[in-house]
Amino acid sequence: MKKIVILGAGTAGTMMANKLRKALDRDEWAITIVDQFKTHYYQPGFLFIPFGIYQKEDVIKPKADFIPAGVTMIYSAIDRIEGDASKVHLDGGKVLNYDFLIVATGTKTNPDETPGLKDKLWYKEIFDFYTINGALALQKFLKGWEGGKLVMAITELPYKCPVAPLEFVFLADAYFTGLGIRDKVEITYVTPMPGAFTKPVATKMLSELLAEKNIEVIPDFYIERVDNDEKKLISYDEKEIDFDVLTVVPVNMGDEMIERSGLGDDLNFVPTDKHTLQSVAHENIFVLGDASNIPTSKAGSVAHFAADILFENLMSAIEGRPLHAKFDGHANCYIETGFGKGALIDFNYDTEPLPGTFPLPGIGPFGLLENTKINHYGKVMFRWIYWHILLKGKELPVEPLMTMAGKKKVN
Amino acid sequence: MAEKTFAGKTVEVTAEGYLVNKSDWSKEVAAEMAKEDGIELTDKHYEVLGYLREQEAAGASLTIRKVGKSGIVDIKGLYQLFPGGPLKLSSKYAGIAKPASCV
Repeated sequence: MKKIVILGAGTAGTMMANKLRKALDRDEWAITIVDQFKTHYYQPGFLFIPFGIYQKEDVIKPKADFIPAGVTMIYSAIDRIEGDASKVHLDGGKVLNYDFLIVATGTKTNPDETPGLKDKLWYKEIFDFYTINGALALQKFLKGWEGGKLVMAITELPYKCPVAPLEFVFLADAYFTGLGIRDKVEITYVTPMPGAFTKPVATKMLSELLAEKNIEVIPDFYIERVDNDEKKLISYDEKEIDFDVLTVVPVNMGDEMIERSGLGDDLNFVPTDKHTLQSVAHENIFVLGDASNIPTSKAGSVAHFAADILFENLMSAIEGRPLHAKFDGHANCYIETGFGKGALIDFNYDTEPLPGTFPLPGIGPFGLLENTKINHYGKVMFRWIYWHILLKGKELPVEPLMTMAGKKKVN
Repeated sequence: MAEKTFAGKTVEVTAEGYLVNKSDWSKEVAAEMAKEDGIELTDKHYEVLGYLREQEAAGASLTIRKVGKSGIVDIKGLYQLFPGGPLKLSSKYAGIAKPASCV
Protein backbone atom coordinates (compact mmCIF):
# COMPACT_ATOMS: atom_id res chain seq x y z
CA MET A 1 0.00 0.00 0.00
CA LYS A 2 1.41 3.41 -0.95
CA LYS A 3 0.89 6.38 1.33
CA ILE A 4 0.05 10.05 1.02
CA VAL A 5 0.17 12.11 4.21
CA ILE A 6 -1.40 15.58 4.43
CA LEU A 7 -0.31 17.82 7.30
CA GLY A 8 -3.00 20.31 8.28
CA ALA A 9 -6.78 19.93 7.89
CA GLY A 10 -7.59 23.57 7.18
CA THR A 11 -8.92 24.90 3.89
CA ALA A 12 -5.99 23.64 1.78
CA GLY A 13 -5.49 20.22 3.38
CA THR A 14 -9.20 19.40 3.49
CA MET A 15 -9.69 20.28 -0.20
CA MET A 16 -6.71 18.11 -1.13
CA ALA A 17 -7.94 15.14 0.93
CA ASN A 18 -11.26 15.27 -0.92
CA LYS A 19 -9.72 15.60 -4.40
CA LEU A 20 -7.20 12.82 -3.85
CA ARG A 21 -9.62 10.34 -2.30
CA LYS A 22 -11.88 10.67 -5.33
CA ALA A 23 -9.02 10.18 -7.77
CA LEU A 24 -6.90 7.45 -6.20
CA ASP A 25 -7.69 3.73 -5.92
CA ARG A 26 -8.46 2.84 -2.30
CA ASP A 27 -6.73 -0.52 -2.61
CA GLU A 28 -3.55 1.13 -3.79
CA TRP A 29 -3.28 4.40 -1.86
CA ALA A 30 -3.79 5.15 1.82
CA ILE A 31 -4.43 8.81 2.61
CA THR A 32 -3.86 10.20 6.10
CA ILE A 33 -4.49 13.75 7.28
CA VAL A 34 -3.13 15.16 10.55
CA ASP A 35 -4.30 18.17 12.54
CA GLN A 36 -4.16 18.96 16.23
CA PHE A 37 -7.50 20.81 16.32
CA LYS A 38 -11.02 19.41 15.89
CA THR A 39 -12.78 22.62 14.85
CA HIS A 40 -12.76 24.03 11.33
CA TYR A 41 -13.11 27.82 11.33
CA TYR A 42 -14.55 29.74 8.41
CA GLN A 43 -11.82 32.33 8.67
CA PRO A 44 -13.25 34.88 6.19
CA GLY A 45 -16.11 35.21 8.69
CA PHE A 46 -13.86 36.45 11.52
CA LEU A 47 -13.90 39.91 9.97
CA PHE A 48 -17.66 40.23 10.60
CA ILE A 49 -17.58 39.20 14.26
CA PRO A 50 -16.27 42.49 15.76
CA PHE A 51 -19.27 44.30 14.27
CA GLY A 52 -21.80 41.71 15.46
CA ILE A 53 -22.68 40.70 11.87
CA TYR A 54 -21.58 37.10 12.55
CA GLN A 55 -21.45 35.24 15.86
CA LYS A 56 -19.15 32.39 16.83
CA GLU A 57 -21.63 29.70 15.73
CA ASP A 58 -21.66 31.18 12.21
CA VAL A 59 -18.02 30.33 11.61
CA ILE A 60 -17.40 26.89 13.19
CA LYS A 61 -18.04 23.30 12.19
CA PRO A 62 -16.28 20.04 13.12
CA LYS A 63 -13.32 19.28 10.83
CA ALA A 64 -14.47 15.67 10.71
CA ASP A 65 -17.59 16.69 8.72
CA PHE A 66 -15.38 17.53 5.73
CA ILE A 67 -12.95 14.60 5.73
CA PRO A 68 -14.21 11.97 3.27
CA ALA A 69 -14.67 8.29 4.08
CA GLY A 70 -11.51 6.40 3.22
CA VAL A 71 -9.19 9.08 4.60
CA THR A 72 -7.64 8.48 8.03
CA MET A 73 -7.91 11.56 10.25
CA ILE A 74 -5.39 11.77 13.09
CA TYR A 75 -5.82 14.47 15.73
CA SER A 76 -2.31 15.12 16.94
CA ALA A 77 0.31 17.83 17.10
CA ILE A 78 3.26 17.26 14.75
CA ASP A 79 6.78 17.13 16.06
CA ARG A 80 8.69 17.28 12.78
CA ILE A 81 9.11 16.11 9.20
CA GLU A 82 12.18 14.01 8.46
CA GLY A 83 12.38 14.76 4.75
CA ASP A 84 15.42 12.60 3.94
CA ALA A 85 13.71 9.53 5.41
CA SER A 86 10.18 10.41 4.18
CA LYS A 87 8.79 10.22 7.69
CA VAL A 88 6.60 12.45 9.87
CA HIS A 89 7.09 12.28 13.63
CA LEU A 90 3.98 13.09 15.63
CA ASP A 91 3.93 14.27 19.23
CA GLY A 92 4.00 11.24 21.47
CA GLY A 93 6.36 9.33 19.20
CA LYS A 94 4.07 7.93 16.50
CA VAL A 95 5.77 7.85 13.09
CA LEU A 96 4.03 8.13 9.70
CA ASN A 97 5.88 6.98 6.58
CA TYR A 98 4.91 8.52 3.28
CA ASP A 99 5.51 8.23 -0.44
CA PHE A 100 4.24 11.79 -0.92
CA LEU A 101 3.71 14.49 1.66
CA ILE A 102 1.52 17.58 1.34
CA VAL A 103 2.34 20.35 3.78
CA ALA A 104 -0.73 22.50 4.45
CA THR A 105 -0.02 23.79 7.94
CA GLY A 106 -0.85 27.38 7.07
CA THR A 107 0.27 30.57 8.73
CA LYS A 108 -0.53 31.96 12.15
CA THR A 109 -0.29 35.19 14.03
CA ASN A 110 2.61 35.74 16.43
CA PRO A 111 1.91 38.81 18.58
CA ASP A 112 4.97 37.91 20.71
CA GLU A 113 7.22 38.98 17.80
CA THR A 114 6.36 42.65 18.42
CA PRO A 115 7.43 44.00 21.83
CA GLY A 116 4.52 45.44 23.80
CA LEU A 117 1.80 43.91 21.68
CA LYS A 118 0.83 41.02 23.93
CA ASP A 119 1.12 43.08 27.09
CA LYS A 120 -1.27 44.57 29.62
CA LEU A 121 -3.59 46.09 26.99
CA TRP A 122 -3.91 42.83 24.99
CA TYR A 123 -7.61 42.06 24.53
CA LYS A 124 -8.41 45.13 26.62
CA GLU A 125 -7.59 47.91 24.16
CA ILE A 126 -5.37 46.02 21.70
CA PHE A 127 -6.98 43.31 19.55
CA ASP A 128 -6.43 41.11 16.56
CA PHE A 129 -9.32 39.77 14.49
CA TYR A 130 -7.42 36.84 12.96
CA THR A 131 -8.34 34.53 15.82
CA ILE A 132 -11.77 33.66 17.12
CA ASN A 133 -10.86 34.91 20.61
CA GLY A 134 -9.51 38.21 19.31
CA ALA A 135 -12.58 38.80 17.14
CA LEU A 136 -14.95 38.04 20.03
CA ALA A 137 -13.02 40.21 22.50
CA LEU A 138 -13.13 43.09 20.02
CA GLN A 139 -16.88 42.64 19.52
CA LYS A 140 -17.41 42.95 23.26
CA PHE A 141 -15.15 46.00 23.48
CA LEU A 142 -16.77 47.86 20.57
CA LYS A 143 -20.26 47.41 22.03
CA GLY A 144 -19.33 49.70 24.91
CA TRP A 145 -16.93 52.06 23.16
CA GLU A 146 -17.93 55.68 22.87
CA GLY A 147 -15.33 56.83 20.37
CA GLY A 148 -11.77 58.06 20.05
CA LYS A 149 -8.76 57.06 17.97
CA LEU A 150 -9.12 53.69 16.26
CA VAL A 151 -5.86 52.55 14.66
CA MET A 152 -5.67 49.55 12.33
CA ALA A 153 -2.01 48.55 11.98
CA ILE A 154 -0.10 45.93 9.99
CA THR A 155 3.16 44.80 11.59
CA GLU A 156 4.86 42.74 8.89
CA LEU A 157 4.53 41.29 5.39
CA PRO A 158 3.35 38.83 4.24
CA TYR A 159 0.11 38.33 6.14
CA LYS A 160 -2.98 36.28 5.64
CA CYS A 161 -5.78 37.79 3.54
CA PRO A 162 -4.11 41.06 2.48
CA VAL A 163 -7.41 42.90 2.02
CA ALA A 164 -8.83 42.06 5.48
CA PRO A 165 -7.45 45.11 7.33
CA LEU A 166 -8.86 47.35 4.59
CA GLU A 167 -12.23 45.65 4.92
CA PHE A 168 -11.97 46.13 8.66
CA VAL A 169 -11.67 49.91 8.41
CA PHE A 170 -14.43 50.11 5.79
CA LEU A 171 -16.76 48.08 8.00
CA ALA A 172 -15.74 50.13 11.06
CA ASP A 173 -16.70 53.32 9.19
CA ALA A 174 -20.14 51.83 8.43
CA TYR A 175 -20.54 50.45 11.97
CA PHE A 176 -19.84 53.76 13.73
CA THR A 177 -21.99 55.60 11.19
CA GLY A 178 -24.83 53.22 12.07
CA LEU A 179 -24.35 53.93 15.77
CA GLY A 180 -24.42 57.65 15.08
CA ILE A 181 -20.92 58.23 16.51
CA ARG A 182 -18.80 58.31 13.33
CA ASP A 183 -17.92 61.96 14.05
CA LYS A 184 -16.43 60.87 17.39
CA VAL A 185 -14.17 58.20 15.84
CA GLU A 186 -10.90 58.88 14.05
CA ILE A 187 -9.94 55.90 11.88
CA THR A 188 -6.29 55.49 10.84
CA TYR A 189 -4.78 52.76 8.64
CA VAL A 190 -1.09 52.10 9.33
CA THR A 191 0.96 49.96 6.93
CA PRO A 192 4.65 49.16 6.29
CA MET A 193 3.82 49.28 2.57
CA PRO A 194 4.19 52.48 0.53
CA GLY A 195 0.40 52.69 0.03
CA ALA A 196 -2.97 51.12 0.83
CA PHE A 197 -2.18 48.19 -1.46
CA THR A 198 0.92 47.12 -3.36
CA LYS A 199 -0.27 47.22 -6.94
CA PRO A 200 -0.84 50.68 -8.51
CA VAL A 201 -4.31 50.38 -10.09
CA ALA A 202 -5.91 48.79 -7.02
CA THR A 203 -4.09 51.23 -4.72
CA LYS A 204 -5.58 54.18 -6.60
CA MET A 205 -9.12 52.79 -6.37
CA LEU A 206 -8.77 51.86 -2.71
CA SER A 207 -7.06 55.13 -1.74
CA GLU A 208 -9.94 57.08 -3.23
CA LEU A 209 -12.41 54.96 -1.30
CA LEU A 210 -10.44 55.45 1.95
CA ALA A 211 -10.36 59.22 1.42
CA GLU A 212 -14.09 59.28 0.64
CA LYS A 213 -14.75 57.53 3.95
CA ASN A 214 -12.44 59.87 5.85
CA ILE A 215 -9.93 57.16 6.80
CA GLU A 216 -6.36 58.38 7.12
CA VAL A 217 -3.58 56.21 5.66
CA ILE A 218 -0.08 56.28 7.20
CA PRO A 219 2.24 54.37 4.83
CA ASP A 220 5.89 53.25 5.28
CA PHE A 221 5.40 52.76 9.02
CA TYR A 222 7.33 49.71 10.24
CA ILE A 223 6.36 48.99 13.86
CA GLU A 224 9.17 48.37 16.32
CA ARG A 225 7.12 48.27 19.52
CA VAL A 226 3.93 49.28 21.26
CA ASP A 227 4.04 51.55 24.30
CA ASN A 228 1.21 50.38 26.59
CA ASP A 229 1.47 53.27 29.06
CA GLU A 230 1.44 56.09 26.55
CA LYS A 231 -0.74 54.10 24.10
CA LYS A 232 1.54 54.72 21.14
CA LEU A 233 2.90 52.78 18.20
CA ILE A 234 6.61 53.41 17.72
CA SER A 235 8.38 52.71 14.42
CA TYR A 236 12.01 51.71 13.85
CA ASP A 237 12.75 55.23 12.69
CA GLU A 238 11.14 56.63 15.86
CA LYS A 239 7.92 57.97 14.48
CA GLU A 240 4.93 57.71 16.83
CA ILE A 241 1.18 57.18 16.42
CA ASP A 242 -1.30 57.59 19.31
CA PHE A 243 -4.24 55.24 19.70
CA ASP A 244 -7.19 54.68 22.01
CA VAL A 245 -7.93 51.29 20.55
CA LEU A 246 -5.52 49.34 18.38
CA THR A 247 -6.51 46.54 16.03
CA VAL A 248 -3.49 44.83 14.63
CA VAL A 249 -2.30 42.23 12.14
CA PRO A 250 0.47 40.55 14.17
CA VAL A 251 3.55 39.08 12.48
CA ASN A 252 2.52 36.04 10.43
CA MET A 253 4.71 32.96 10.53
CA GLY A 254 4.48 29.36 9.41
CA ASP A 255 4.16 26.56 11.95
CA GLU A 256 7.03 25.97 14.42
CA MET A 257 7.04 22.37 13.20
CA ILE A 258 8.45 23.67 9.90
CA GLU A 259 11.33 25.26 11.78
CA ARG A 260 11.96 22.06 13.78
CA SER A 261 12.05 20.17 10.47
CA GLY A 262 14.62 22.57 9.03
CA LEU A 263 12.29 23.21 6.10
CA GLY A 264 11.45 26.89 6.52
CA ASP A 265 12.74 30.35 5.68
CA ASP A 266 13.21 33.06 8.33
CA LEU A 267 9.42 33.25 8.83
CA ASN A 268 8.97 29.43 8.79
CA PHE A 269 7.40 29.42 5.34
CA VAL A 270 8.50 26.50 3.15
CA PRO A 271 10.58 27.43 0.08
CA THR A 272 8.42 26.14 -2.78
CA ASP A 273 8.63 26.20 -6.57
CA LYS A 274 6.08 28.90 -7.40
CA HIS A 275 4.93 27.09 -10.57
CA THR A 276 4.97 23.37 -9.68
CA LEU A 277 4.24 23.78 -5.92
CA GLN A 278 6.90 21.16 -5.15
CA SER A 279 9.12 21.94 -2.17
CA VAL A 280 12.61 23.07 -3.11
CA ALA A 281 14.24 20.66 -0.65
CA HIS A 282 12.44 17.37 -1.41
CA GLU A 283 10.87 16.03 -4.61
CA ASN A 284 8.16 14.11 -2.76
CA ILE A 285 7.00 17.04 -0.63
CA PHE A 286 4.44 19.46 -2.05
CA VAL A 287 3.20 22.60 -0.31
CA LEU A 288 -0.31 24.02 -0.54
CA GLY A 289 -1.79 27.23 0.81
CA ASP A 290 -0.36 29.71 3.30
CA ALA A 291 2.46 27.36 4.43
CA SER A 292 4.48 28.01 1.26
CA ASN A 293 6.66 30.99 0.43
CA ILE A 294 5.23 31.50 -3.09
CA PRO A 295 4.97 35.21 -3.90
CA THR A 296 1.21 35.63 -3.97
CA SER A 297 -1.52 36.37 -1.43
CA LYS A 298 -1.96 34.09 1.54
CA ALA A 299 -5.65 33.41 1.00
CA GLY A 300 -8.18 30.64 0.61
CA SER A 301 -8.81 31.51 -3.04
CA VAL A 302 -5.12 30.99 -3.81
CA ALA A 303 -5.15 27.62 -2.02
CA HIS A 304 -8.25 26.71 -4.00
CA PHE A 305 -6.74 27.56 -7.40
CA ALA A 306 -3.37 26.07 -6.47
CA ALA A 307 -5.05 22.82 -5.34
CA ASP A 308 -6.02 22.05 -8.97
CA ILE A 309 -2.41 22.55 -10.11
CA LEU A 310 -0.93 20.59 -7.20
CA PHE A 311 -3.37 17.75 -7.89
CA GLU A 312 -2.27 17.51 -11.54
CA ASN A 313 1.40 17.61 -10.63
CA LEU A 314 1.01 15.01 -7.89
CA MET A 315 -0.70 12.69 -10.38
CA SER A 316 2.24 13.25 -12.74
CA ALA A 317 4.76 12.60 -9.96
CA ILE A 318 2.97 9.38 -8.98
CA GLU A 319 3.27 8.16 -12.57
CA GLY A 320 6.85 9.35 -12.86
CA ARG A 321 6.03 11.98 -15.49
CA PRO A 322 7.42 15.54 -15.53
CA LEU A 323 5.37 18.15 -13.61
CA HIS A 324 3.71 19.99 -16.46
CA ALA A 325 1.05 22.05 -14.61
CA LYS A 326 2.23 25.57 -13.77
CA PHE A 327 0.59 27.72 -11.11
CA ASP A 328 0.31 31.42 -11.96
CA GLY A 329 -0.33 32.81 -8.47
CA HIS A 330 -4.02 33.40 -9.21
CA ALA A 331 -5.85 35.18 -6.37
CA ASN A 332 -9.45 36.38 -6.22
CA CYS A 333 -10.56 38.51 -3.29
CA TYR A 334 -13.82 40.12 -2.33
CA ILE A 335 -13.35 43.37 -0.46
CA GLU A 336 -16.23 44.35 1.82
CA THR A 337 -16.49 48.12 1.72
CA GLY A 338 -19.44 48.67 4.07
CA PHE A 339 -23.05 49.82 3.57
CA GLY A 340 -23.93 46.60 1.72
CA LYS A 341 -21.33 47.07 -1.00
CA GLY A 342 -18.17 45.31 -2.01
CA ALA A 343 -15.31 45.34 -4.50
CA LEU A 344 -13.57 42.41 -6.17
CA ILE A 345 -9.99 41.93 -7.34
CA ASP A 346 -8.57 39.14 -9.52
CA PHE A 347 -4.83 38.91 -10.22
CA ASN A 348 -1.73 36.69 -10.42
CA TYR A 349 2.09 36.78 -10.26
CA ASP A 350 2.35 38.93 -13.39
CA THR A 351 -0.94 40.79 -13.75
CA GLU A 352 -2.02 43.33 -11.18
CA PRO A 353 -5.72 43.73 -10.28
CA LEU A 354 -7.50 45.41 -13.21
CA PRO A 355 -11.04 46.70 -13.75
CA GLY A 356 -13.59 44.63 -15.69
CA THR A 357 -16.17 41.90 -15.04
CA PHE A 358 -15.91 38.44 -13.42
CA PRO A 359 -16.19 35.56 -14.11
CA LEU A 360 -17.99 36.14 -17.44
CA PRO A 361 -16.40 38.73 -19.78
CA GLY A 362 -18.73 41.70 -20.29
CA ILE A 363 -21.48 40.13 -18.16
CA GLY A 364 -20.14 39.59 -14.66
CA PRO A 365 -22.17 39.45 -12.56
CA PHE A 366 -19.31 40.77 -10.45
CA GLY A 367 -17.51 44.03 -11.21
CA LEU A 368 -13.73 44.04 -10.80
CA LEU A 369 -12.33 47.07 -8.93
CA GLU A 370 -15.86 48.45 -8.71
CA ASN A 371 -17.79 49.12 -5.54
CA THR A 372 -21.16 47.41 -6.04
CA LYS A 373 -23.97 45.71 -4.13
CA ILE A 374 -23.70 42.51 -6.16
CA ASN A 375 -20.05 42.07 -5.11
CA HIS A 376 -21.19 42.22 -1.49
CA TYR A 377 -23.78 39.49 -2.15
CA GLY A 378 -20.96 37.44 -3.70
CA LYS A 379 -19.13 37.58 -0.40
CA VAL A 380 -22.26 36.79 1.60
CA MET A 381 -23.03 33.75 -0.61
CA PHE A 382 -19.45 32.61 -0.42
CA ARG A 383 -19.83 31.18 3.09
CA TRP A 384 -22.34 28.66 1.76
CA ILE A 385 -20.10 27.85 -1.21
CA TYR A 386 -17.15 27.37 1.15
CA TRP A 387 -18.83 24.79 3.38
CA HIS A 388 -20.76 22.93 0.67
CA ILE A 389 -18.60 23.04 -2.44
CA LEU A 390 -15.09 24.35 -1.90
CA LEU A 391 -13.95 22.26 1.10
CA LYS A 392 -15.40 19.13 -0.46
CA GLY A 393 -13.19 19.60 -3.50
CA LYS A 394 -16.10 20.01 -5.91
CA GLU A 395 -15.80 22.07 -9.06
CA LEU A 396 -16.63 25.79 -9.09
CA PRO A 397 -17.33 27.56 -12.40
CA VAL A 398 -14.04 29.46 -12.14
CA GLU A 399 -10.80 28.43 -13.88
CA PRO A 400 -7.71 27.86 -11.72
CA LEU A 401 -5.46 30.02 -13.91
CA MET A 402 -6.25 33.71 -14.21
CA THR A 403 -7.72 34.89 -17.50
CA MET A 404 -7.49 38.33 -19.14
CA ALA A 405 -10.99 37.84 -20.60
CA GLY A 406 -13.26 40.45 -19.05
CA LYS A 407 -10.38 42.62 -17.84
CA LYS A 408 -9.56 46.09 -19.16
CA LYS A 409 -5.94 47.10 -19.53
CA VAL A 410 -5.06 50.35 -17.77
CA ASN A 411 -2.06 52.41 -18.78
CA MET B 1 14.29 53.35 -19.21
CA ALA B 2 16.71 56.18 -18.73
CA GLU B 3 20.47 56.49 -18.77
CA LYS B 4 22.64 57.93 -16.05
CA THR B 5 26.31 58.43 -15.55
CA PHE B 6 27.88 57.23 -12.32
CA ALA B 7 31.63 57.22 -11.69
CA GLY B 8 32.30 58.00 -15.33
CA LYS B 9 30.17 55.08 -16.54
CA THR B 10 26.87 55.37 -18.42
CA VAL B 11 24.33 52.89 -17.10
CA GLU B 12 20.68 52.11 -17.77
CA VAL B 13 18.31 52.76 -14.87
CA THR B 14 14.58 52.30 -14.25
CA ALA B 15 12.22 55.23 -13.74
CA GLU B 16 12.88 54.92 -10.01
CA GLY B 17 16.64 54.88 -10.43
CA TYR B 18 17.38 51.16 -10.01
CA LEU B 19 20.10 49.60 -12.19
CA VAL B 20 18.69 47.64 -15.12
CA ASN B 21 21.82 45.48 -15.47
CA LYS B 22 23.25 44.07 -12.26
CA SER B 23 26.63 43.77 -13.96
CA ASP B 24 26.89 47.59 -14.12
CA TRP B 25 27.31 47.69 -10.34
CA SER B 26 30.53 48.66 -8.63
CA LYS B 27 31.34 50.18 -5.25
CA GLU B 28 31.93 53.52 -6.97
CA VAL B 29 28.55 53.42 -8.76
CA ALA B 30 26.91 52.63 -5.39
CA ALA B 31 28.68 55.54 -3.72
CA GLU B 32 27.50 58.02 -6.34
CA MET B 33 23.93 56.71 -6.30
CA ALA B 34 23.84 57.16 -2.51
CA LYS B 35 25.40 60.61 -2.74
CA GLU B 36 22.46 61.72 -4.93
CA ASP B 37 20.20 60.92 -1.95
CA GLY B 38 22.57 62.65 0.46
CA ILE B 39 23.98 59.44 1.98
CA GLU B 40 27.74 58.91 2.39
CA LEU B 41 28.46 55.16 2.21
CA THR B 42 30.61 53.70 5.00
CA ASP B 43 32.07 50.20 5.45
CA LYS B 44 28.91 49.22 7.33
CA HIS B 45 26.78 50.32 4.38
CA TYR B 46 28.91 48.23 2.02
CA GLU B 47 28.59 45.21 4.29
CA VAL B 48 24.81 45.48 4.01
CA LEU B 49 25.01 45.94 0.22
CA GLY B 50 27.26 42.89 -0.08
CA TYR B 51 24.84 40.82 1.98
CA LEU B 52 21.90 41.91 -0.18
CA ARG B 53 23.75 41.06 -3.41
CA GLU B 54 24.71 37.65 -2.04
CA GLN B 55 21.19 36.82 -0.89
CA GLU B 56 19.67 38.07 -4.11
CA ALA B 57 22.06 35.93 -6.19
CA ALA B 58 21.03 32.93 -4.07
CA GLY B 59 17.39 33.60 -5.00
CA ALA B 60 16.26 34.58 -1.50
CA SER B 61 13.40 37.02 -1.05
CA LEU B 62 14.59 40.03 0.87
CA THR B 63 12.84 41.63 3.79
CA ILE B 64 13.86 44.17 6.41
CA ARG B 65 13.38 41.44 9.00
CA LYS B 66 15.81 39.16 7.17
CA VAL B 67 18.50 41.85 7.03
CA GLY B 68 17.84 42.50 10.72
CA LYS B 69 18.64 38.84 11.46
CA SER B 70 21.76 38.81 9.26
CA GLY B 71 24.12 39.62 12.12
CA ILE B 72 25.45 42.67 10.22
CA VAL B 73 23.02 45.24 11.56
CA ASP B 74 19.73 45.21 13.46
CA ILE B 75 16.57 46.76 12.02
CA LYS B 76 17.04 50.00 13.92
CA GLY B 77 20.59 50.25 12.69
CA LEU B 78 19.42 49.59 9.14
CA TYR B 79 17.02 52.54 9.39
CA GLN B 80 19.88 54.72 10.60
CA LEU B 81 22.08 53.68 7.68
CA PHE B 82 19.34 54.17 5.07
CA PRO B 83 16.86 56.70 6.52
CA GLY B 84 13.30 56.68 5.17
CA GLY B 85 13.30 53.47 3.15
CA PRO B 86 15.92 51.02 4.39
CA LEU B 87 15.22 48.14 2.02
CA LYS B 88 14.23 50.28 -0.97
CA LEU B 89 17.37 52.43 -0.70
CA SER B 90 19.81 49.65 0.16
CA SER B 91 18.50 47.51 -2.72
CA LYS B 92 18.98 50.46 -5.06
CA TYR B 93 22.60 51.00 -3.99
CA ALA B 94 23.22 47.24 -4.08
CA GLY B 95 22.28 47.30 -7.76
CA ILE B 96 19.45 44.80 -7.38
CA ALA B 97 15.78 45.18 -8.25
CA LYS B 98 13.35 47.20 -6.16
CA PRO B 99 11.93 44.89 -3.49
CA ALA B 100 8.48 43.71 -4.52
CA SER B 101 5.70 43.16 -2.04
CA CYS B 102 3.63 40.37 -3.38
CA VAL B 103 0.47 40.96 -1.45
